[in-house]
Amino acid sequence: MKLTVQVNEGPYQHQASDSAYHFTKAALEKGHEIFRVFFYHDGVNNGTRLTTPPQDDRNVVARWSELAEKHDLDLVICVAAAQRRGIVDEGEAERNGKDATNIAPGFRISGLGQLIEGGIQSDRLVVFGD
Amino acid sequence: MTTKKFMYVNRRAPYGTIYAWEALEVVLIGAAFEQDVSMAFVDDGVFQLLKGQDTSGIDMKNFSPTYSALGDYEVTKIYVEKESLEERGLTLDDLQHLVWEDEDEDWAEKDSIRLVSRAELAEVFAGQDVMFNF
Repeated sequence: MKLTVQVNEGPYQHQASDSAYHFTKAALEKGHEIFRVFFYHDGVNNGTRLTTPPQDDRNVVARWSELAEKHDLDLVICVAAAQRRGIVDEGEAERNGKDATNIAPGFRISGLGQLIEGGIQSDRLVVFGD
Repeated sequence: MTTKKFMYVNRRAPYGTIYAWEALEVVLIGAAFEQDVSMAFVDDGVFQLLKGQDTSGIDMKNFSPTYSALGDYEVTKIYVEKESLEERGLTLDDLQHLVWEDEDEDWAEKDSIRLVSRAELAEVFAGQDVMFNF
């Protein structure tokens, strides 16, 4: 089955991003195709490489990056939500005159159309959040 | 392109969290994809459609006028759950009058809001292809 996963909540604050990760990983292991993972609302905070969780805890951001590299996942952060919350890649830094970037490896910033396309192209849209 | 039935479910009050506003952003962007779009307002989500909203006291943008533009985006099916209104002491008269223009009938103005019971809304949900929850 072809799936798009939507993540609506940030890391550590809310289990939604953990559940989305475990679901995505399990779906891939079962042979399903993940068309895209789309991060929206505070979910965009899953894509900052500047997080430093305690060493005895899981690293939610690095875990997404590793999964993306292993399975060539398309991890998309919503640009409008990212701009509000300060998730920045090189293009965004240049466009908005910011002095730094913080996007984690394997993530990219793009528009809401990517979410809609995920809904159209996939057999199921699976949403994680409140 | 494939046409699917998209349902955007709005469950929260408009200003306590950003979900209502960011949901509206998805609906407006999504309109360009020419899908069969519906919206539903349930629970505290019915407060999003209240008329006469004034946010000057909380220093937040009053985005409620945007709902009246939905008809121009060809979002013409807006379901409001009857029980959610009643539980909050509201009636349809408390909500904005949302309309769309039907080009097949010489641009006749038609109501966008469909007042439905919880049971009826469940049937509407069952017929959808893609559900967004906000």
